[in-house]
Amino acid sequence: MTRTLVLDDVTKAFPTGTVALEGVSLAVAAGEFVSVVGPSGCGKSTLLRLASGLDHVTGGDIEVNATSTSYVFQEATLLEWRSALRNVELVGELRGAGKADRRRRAQEALDLVGLTGFEKQHPRQLSGGMRMRVSIARALVAEPDLALFDEPFGALDEITRLRMQTELQSLFELKNFAGLFITHSVSEAVYLSTRVVVMSGRPGRVVADIPVPWSYPRPPELRFEPEFAALTGEVSAALGEHS
Amino acid sequence: MSAATMTGRPQSGTSGAGATSGAGARRRLAATGAKVWPLLAAVAGIVAVWYAVTYLVLTPERRFLLPPLHQVLGTTLGNPAVMGPMLDALWQTVGVALSGLAIAVVLGIGYAVVMAQAGWAERILYPYAVILQTIPILALTPLIGIWMGYGFSARIVVCVIIALFPMIANTLFGLQSAGPDAHDLFTLNRATRAQRLLKLQFPAALPAIFTGLRNAAGLSVIGAIVGDFFFQQGSPGIGGLLRTYTLRLNMDALFMAIILTALFGVAVFSVFAALDRAVIGRWYGRGTS
Ligand SMILES: Nc1ncnc2c1ncn2[C@@H]1O[C@H](COP(=O)(O)OP(=O)(O)OP(=O)(O)O)[C@@H](O)[C@H]1O
Ligand SMILES: [Mg+2]
Repeated sequence: MTRTLVLDDVTKAFPTGTVALEGVSLAVAAGEFVSVVGPSGCGKSTLLRLASGLDHVTGGDIEVNATSTSYVFQEATLLEWRSALRNVELVGELRGAGKADRRRRAQEALDLVGLTGFEKQHPRQLSGGMRMRVSIARALVAEPDLALFDEPFGALDEITRLRMQTELQSLFELKNFAGLFITHSVSEAVYLSTRVVVMSGRPGRVVADIPVPWSYPRPPELRFEPEFAALTGEVSAALGEHS
Repeated sequence: MSAATMTGRPQSGTSGAGATSGAGARRRLAATGAKVWPLLAAVAGIVAVWYAVTYLVLTPERRFLLPPLHQVLGTTLGNPAVMGPMLDALWQTVGVALSGLAIAVVLGIGYAVVMAQAGWAERILYPYAVILQTIPILALTPLIGIWMGYGFSARIVVCVIIALFPMIANTLFGLQSAGPDAHDLFTLNRATRAQRLLKLQFPAALPAIFTGLRNAAGLSVIGAIVGDFFFQQGSPGIGGLLRTYTLRLNMDALFMAIILTALFGVAVFSVFAALDRAVIGRWYGRGTS
C-alpha cells in the first residue's frame, strides 16, 4: 500500500508568531479515508493547505506521492458566471485538456454526483447541496490520488448533510483515492472514515488516531447501532480531554 | 394540499417555452413601464415648475429669463436655421463623448489590469489615478488648450481625463473581488497568470466594469460639453453653441440647447444602464434578474 501523504513531525508557525501545528505526524494511504476532528482554530485548515502545497511547513517534512490532488473548500467556491458543467470543466481547461475530452469527463463527474439534467444551471439557480455536489464533481474530475476536504458539509442543513455523507462514501468506494477530511462533526467523521484523527487545541498536535472497523458501503442505519455510539463516544472523549 | 402541489408542479413544467417567454415579454414590458413612468412624472414635474416660475414668479419684463416651454419649442423646432446648426453641434459632441469614452475604457481597464498584477504595482500606480481624479478639470483645461491647441483632440483629452477614474477604480475593485478560495483553486490547478486573469479576475470584474462604464459614460458627456465650451476651434459642439447663445442672450435657443444636452445625457445613461442589465443578467444565468 503506497502512502500517498506523509507528514513527519510537521510544525507550522506563521510570520505573525502563531504556531498552528506542532510535531504533527500523520500518514494517509491509497484506499484510506482519514477524518480530522479538533477544536476550532487548532490548525486543521492549515494542515490541508500544507498537504495541498498551497502553504509550506516551517519544520519537519511533508511527502506527497500523488500525480493529482484535489481540494474541496468549505464553501462550494463556484464561478458564478459559469454553468455547473462549465464549472467542472474548468479543471480540464486549466490543465490544458482538449475540449471534447474535458467536456465528456465533466459530464461524467456531474452524472456521478447525481446532477444529470442540471448541467446548464448557474450556481445561483442551485441549492446549497447541489452547489456542493458540483464542487465535489469538480474535485473528482481531476481523478485525484489525494482528495482533501475542508468541512465541505459544514454549511448544509442536517438532512442534506446526511445524504451527502452517504453519497461521498460511495464515491470513495468507487474512486479509491486517499482521503483527508476535516469536520467538526464526530458522527460524520466516524461514519465516513477508515480512521479518525483527533487534534488538540492550538498548537495542534495529534492526540488520538482511532481506526474505524466497518467496511463500505455503510448503511445510514449504522449511525443508530451501539458500536457506532461507542466509537463516537471514544472520539468525543479524546476531543474533550485535549481541548 | 399535497394534491394541489402535485398537480401544480407538472403543469407549470409542461406549460412550455412559448408560454414562459410570452409571460416573460409581458413582465419585461411591465418592468420597462415601471421604470419609464417615474421618469415621465419627473419630466412633467420639471415642466410644471418651469411654467410656474415663468408665469407666477417672473414679472412680464423679466420673463425673458425663463421663456415658457412652448415658446422655446415654437421658435426653435420649426426653424431649420436654428435647429440645423444645433443638431450638427450635438452630433459633433456625441462623437467627442464616444471617442473620449472609448479611450477612457481602454486606458482605464488596461491601467487597472496592470495594477491588479501585484500589490506593489497598485501602491505605485494608484496615487496617479487619485491625483488625476482630484485635480478639478476646470483647472487643467486651460493648460490642455495651451499644449494641445484648441481643436478636437483637446476636447477628447478633457473627456478622457474626466471619464477615466471611474473606469480605473471600478475595474480594479472588480479584478480584486474574486475570493481567496477561488484564487487557491486556480493555484492548485497550476493556472498561468493569463488564465487567472481571463478566467477568474476578468469575469469576476465584469459587473463592476459595467458600473464603471455607466458612470464613465455620464461623465464623458460632461467632459465633451466642457471641452466644447473651452475649445472653439473647428466646428462647434453643443457646448460651444451654449456659450454663443449665452453671449448673445438668445434665450430660446439657449434653453433648446440645454434640453438637447439633457436628453443626450439621459439617453447615454439609459443605453449603458440597459446594456449593464442585459449583459449581467445573462452572465449569471437566465432566470435571475
Ligand atoms: N495566513 C495566516 N497567518 C497567520 N495566522 C494564521 C494564518 N492562517 C491561519 N492562522 C492561524 O492559525 C491557527 C489555525 O488556523 P486554521 O484555519 O488552520 O484553524 P482550523 O482548525 O481550520 O479552524 P476552524 O475549525 O475554525 O476552521 C489560527 O489561530 C489562525 O488564526
Ligand atoms: Mg478551518
